[in-house]
Amino acid sequence: MSGAEKIAVRVTEKAALNDLVTRFRFEPVAGGLLPTFSGGAHTVVEMRDGEITRLNPYSLMSDPFDQTAYTISVRRDDAGRGGSLFMHNRVNVGDEMVISNPVNLFSLDLRARKHLMIAGGIGITPFLAQIKQLDRAHGNWELHYGCRSEALGSYVDYLTATHPNDVNVYYDDQDQAIDLENLLDGQPLGTHIYVCGPKGMIDWVRGKAAELGWPREAVHYEEFLAPKPGKPFEVKLAVSNKVIQVGEQESLLEAIERAGVDAPYLCRGGACGMCETRVIDYAGNFIHRDHWLEDEEHSSGEKIMPCVSRFEGKTLVLDR
Amino acid sequence: MTIQFNDETFREDYSFHNSERAIKRFPFPFDKDSYMYAVNMEQHRGGPPDSVYEKRFDVDEHYVSEMRDRAMVLADDPLRCQSLPHMTLAGWDLLELIMVSKSEDYPDLFELHRDGDQWHWINKPLGIDDRFTFMDETTLPYGPMEYITRQAQGDFCVLDQRDDNLWMDAGTVTTQADWSLDFDIGMNFFEWHAPVPLAHEKGIFVRALKFLLNIQQGAPARRLNWTMTVNPLLDTSPENYHKWGVQKTTLTPENIGSKQHLRVELQTFFRLPRSNALVFPIRCYLCSFQDLMTAPKWGRRLHRVIRDLPDELATYKGFIDNRPMMLDYLSKFDDGLPTSNGIWPELDTEPPLQK
Ligand code: HEM
Ligand code: FES
Repeated sequence: MSGAEKIAVRVTEKAALNDLVTRFRFEPVAGGLLPTFSGGAHTVVEMRDGEITRLNPYSLMSDPFDQTAYTISVRRDDAGRGGSLFMHNRVNVGDEMVISNPVNLFSLDLRARKHLMIAGGIGITPFLAQIKQLDRAHGNWELHYGCRSEALGSYVDYLTATHPNDVNVYYDDQDQAIDLENLLDGQPLGTHIYVCGPKGMIDWVRGKAAELGWPREAVHYEEFLAPKPGKPFEVKLAVSNKVIQVGEQESLLEAIERAGVDAPYLCRGGACGMCETRVIDYAGNFIHRDHWLEDEEHSSGEKIMPCVSRFEGKTLVLDR
Repeated sequence: MTIQFNDETFREDYSFHNSERAIKRFPFPFDKDSYMYAVNMEQHRGGPPDSVYEKRFDVDEHYVSEMRDRAMVLADDPLRCQSLPHMTLAGWDLLELIMVSKSEDYPDLFELHRDGDQWHWINKPLGIDDRFTFMDETTLPYGPMEYITRQAQGDFCVLDQRDDNLWMDAGTVTTQADWSLDFDIGMNFFEWHAPVPLAHEKGIFVRALKFLLNIQQGAPARRLNWTMTVNPLLDTSPENYHKWGVQKTTLTPENIGSKQHLRVELQTFFRLPRSNALVFPIRCYLCSFQDLMTAPKWGRRLHRVIRDLPDELATYKGFIDNRPMMLDYLSKFDDGLPTSNGIWPELDTEPPLQK
């Protein structure tokens, strides 16, 4: 099993906020407490949909110090790969699910004198947790939140009621927009910028900040993560004399293990080098994702790190 | 198992000693007959019963005396414990991690009772019984990191994670192998590793950092590192080099078996949940050559490793001058027989010394 530690949870609340967004609350099946986390962290939710298992990351929006439950908000994406539709249509209160331990790729820089948060749409969720964390530590923050319309403004009421002076909301359908240049210009020294929202918004904020001379390490962003599946492919394991199929949602390493072949691993993240495997023969292209092999090794076609890397093509024979 | 705590010293008369049990569970760091730097990390999820890997934070017979030694070092030099202002939250994380782990892993020695943010901590070996408010520094005698690391063996580096790097922004470091927290404070992973020979060229630090940045909550990792120390000194710091450096010249063929110690660091890595920082406990174990030689496999192997170690490493680790004398001693315990893989002594299966 790759990824962070898993937690078995039960859905204890499913609340539709508006046409697009639904909130879910998870409590541990085993009772007891969930791990605390840091604002900005996400959890990976496993969705078992018949034969298919989807793994989607969602930002945790609840109070990081509240260990009784986690909450996430899921925006319905009718054109997506189906994860959000599954959550909206198939998951109900009382269901048991498996989620991962929190992982934070969007954490606060605790040295900052001020945290300037810029959110677009569902990108508000990590900030909800960060705000709770900062309020507890009497941190200095300010939020600028762009929504499509009042009807789709998730958590606007809650935010403006609890923090009337720190929250600024902009509605697209009322032609309101963040005056970014002036906003960035007027910030005190030691301010850090955090932006989470659609790609266009992230690029806009990062671009403007760079133009105004903000140091790179003072600008933090999180794009919505997508799972990294890939096309199915076939592999021959020469030593164990087996031909296996690697499914869309599983890693090569997982497929090898599923076939009952004992393969070495440690980090399962492409960094430790433990799973390095010799390629005996191939016809096709490697999709190398590891940080372990050198560029020349990647292009040599002689090695692959099966915990993270994949293959597209006709033949792949591994020394395993 | 109940632990009999030693009453011993790591300075002056050096009454430090290992029981038979401590020798058996000593983390011998060589899994084969040669040694080179490598990204030798594995998950820290327990290990064989009574091994130093079994618990999240190993407590052994040296606990009480080591904590007494730490208190003396801190009294002489308060800069051995530092925490930059943004690291206080990570300090609370560390306090929670250690208190929860120790009370769960050693319920007969440590107790933690929590009622919301009202915590009650009992440390029986050190005779501590404190009530405090979690996250309220004014209710503890020291900052949270200092408070708990005065009650936990080994050094602790607390690293802030930002800009795809780790920053040494807090720590308690009193049992180190010749490096200084006061010098390294605020440095990043590459900066504080700058003095290490050969490993940069081999790309070890780039890979190691990537691994560390990905360490996740609930999935700690560990590795072993080692060096050599004459006399069982915990505090081999640059600050006190004038005191311990000269002791290296007191080694003689007669006293080497008892004076020369293999110093092994069990290094672990935990993600801290509230701060997203990383804590790096460096737990030091000492074992004299003569005690190590009670395991025939270790005798054979240590001789071969020290004999074949590149000069750069022997120089960096500070024993190049004493290496010939070490080899004279160790060669008596190497009969040329093959050794089994792995670090464990295999006392039941490994043949006795054939000379
Ligand atoms: C964040 C965790 C870590 C911290 C705080 C840390 C800190 C240090 C320090 C302070 C030194 C002494 C440098 C000097 O001479 O001044 C050192 C040495 C060294 N470190 Fe790390 N380190 C960490 C992780 C690692 C990892 C993951 C590796 C993996 C390969 C590694 C490999 C080494 C090596 C090979 C040496 C030389 C040790 C010797 O030969 O005795 N370190 N480290
Ligand atoms: S398991 Fe670590 S690189 Fe694949």
